[in-house]
Amino acid sequence: MATSKLSPATAPIAPKPQRTLLHKLWKTRSLLILAIPGFALLFVNNYLPMFGIFLAFKNLNYTKGILGSDWVGIDNFKFMFASNDAWMIIKHTILYNFTFLTINTVLAVLLAVLLNEVRNRILSKFFQSTMLLPHFISMVIVGYLVYGFLNPELGFINKSILEPLGKETIAWYASPEYWPYILTIVNTWKSVGYLAVVYLAAIVGIDQEYYEAARIDGAGRWKQMTKITVPLIAPVIIIMTLLAIGRIFNADFGLFYQATMASGMLKSTTEVIDTYVYNALLVTGDTGLAAAAGLLQSVVGFILVITVNRIVKRFSSDNALF
Amino acid sequence: MTTKNRTNPLVLIPLFLLSLACLIPLWLIFMVSLTNENDISTYGYRFWTDNFDFTAYRYLRHDAETIGRAFGVSILVTIIGTVVSLFVTSAMAFSLSRKEFPLRGFLSFYVFFTMLFSGGLLPWYLVYTRMFHLQDTLMVLIIPGLIGGFNIFIMRTFFTNSIPPSLIDSAQIDGASEYRTYFSIILPLSLPVLATIGLFVTVSYWNDWFTSLVYINNEKLYTLQYFLNKTLLNALFLQSIANKAYSPTSIMTPPLESIRMAMAMLAILPISLVFPFLQKYFVKGLTIGAVKG
Repeated sequence: MATSKLSPATAPIAPKPQRTLLHKLWKTRSLLILAIPGFALLFVNNYLPMFGIFLAFKNLNYTKGILGSDWVGIDNFKFMFASNDAWMIIKHTILYNFTFLTINTVLAVLLAVLLNEVRNRILSKFFQSTMLLPHFISMVIVGYLVYGFLNPELGFINKSILEPLGKETIAWYASPEYWPYILTIVNTWKSVGYLAVVYLAAIVGIDQEYYEAARIDGAGRWKQMTKITVPLIAPVIIIMTLLAIGRIFNADFGLFYQATMASGMLKSTTEVIDTYVYNALLVTGDTGLAAAAGLLQSVVGFILVITVNRIVKRFSSDNALF
Repeated sequence: MTTKNRTNPLVLIPLFLLSLACLIPLWLIFMVSLTNENDISTYGYRFWTDNFDFTAYRYLRHDAETIGRAFGVSILVTIIGTVVSLFVTSAMAFSLSRKEFPLRGFLSFYVFFTMLFSGGLLPWYLVYTRMFHLQDTLMVLIIPGLIGGFNIFIMRTFFTNSIPPSLIDSAQIDGASEYRTYFSIILPLSLPVLATIGLFVTVSYWNDWFTSLVYINNEKLYTLQYFLNKTLLNALFLQSIANKAYSPTSIMTPPLESIRMAMAMLAILPISLVFPFLQKYFVKGLTIGAVKG
């Protein structure tokens, strides 16, 4: 074991032994062994499913087995696009994600700038803790919280706001028209605090000398905020935004499943790719549709990530993913 | 002058409002869990009650069987999952951080690619159900959460940047094997990153309901979150739990509404209790993650 290390300084001087890959591997075999559990887990959890994408071109039949099922070409895709569902779920996924991204980014940057202005440390920690709390609450509980407000018979909004005002109560879980707003509010509630703390970390990293120089030149707090803080964290904002665009084809399944309480009556405004795939696979058992929509999502998502990375690279190669 | 030490109220007001908005829904649920069933049916869910009533919590205490079991499954899965995950992730990250390791480049890409492309739900489902036949086992609740590319890279970055290579070199010149280096040098020096990743993993296991939704049908293996999910979506399920808890000596019918909310409170409790203490590790994780891997 002790021989497994060859210090780089002595390497060129020493007479060169057979330096094949196998030889090197044998020398570092303990490192290989340490990496094997992780390798195996990723293989099972991530790579085996990747090989399974060919199922989108098969008519999956459990009795014939996964490999024995018949090839059907692009029939699954034809079937999916034959209904309006495909376009609807794609539109919903992109529109929701785009709305979430815009609102979250604007609010989070604003909040981060405000948080940075708080001089009292205890107060600042209190704000950060309460803002982060929703990020650590499971979507199931979020479903309960939404239900607390929207329960048609007992919920706070119907019972304590609409009824006392003499207005007609609303059957929230059966009225799709309200859900784009509700889901946006819920998403903002859950993620804006987390994002604000990410941006705050970027702001804290700004060199204090900029501010000192600005103060000497007589710049007030507002000037410092708009002329130093925001421009200097702009790269982080751009990167976070581009990364989110790379994931624009992936909806937050938990949000759309739990907050709506999986209500079928809301589908016309709340069905996204992820809920569609879930329903096709585990509710209606339509594996062909699940496979086709899943493949579409994976491939478009992959292309988006690659493209976005190219763009990020152009902005600043330091921040590119690869 | 004065602005230097005192925070502008224009800054404080929006932040106060936001903090309030973050807490208020939780307060509502908490209050409902403490409200008398009659008051709930008359006034609905409210932010305050005049008649505090702990019946819901009392019912839950008697219902040790169902909810206690769900708690147990969640705790078991979270503890085993977090410990194993930290070992597997750090071991792989350590290998990837060693410049001598010839497969370093290949394995880094192998990990990285999983962050770019995914096979989707259907193949993932088939791998665990049809290939490994793990549906309705504790294993399937644990395995999928054990490893993630992001965590591996955060750890690798920490190992490369925060542990002096000379330390590893001198240990190995003194005859320490790679295993010894990993256990006696890397792990003890990496407590901050282990705490951060440990926090991420713990929270994601504790909050996980999706794995159960996909793979678990056996009621005995319900995690707390999935159990809560079931009670919210299925009124009959809630009724059956309440009936089990219903003690024959009592003449009351079970207060379903407050029981429901009391269960939600019980699920949030562990996280909100430990969270303020672990927050600094979380923020640290954000800044480590920001360094490119």
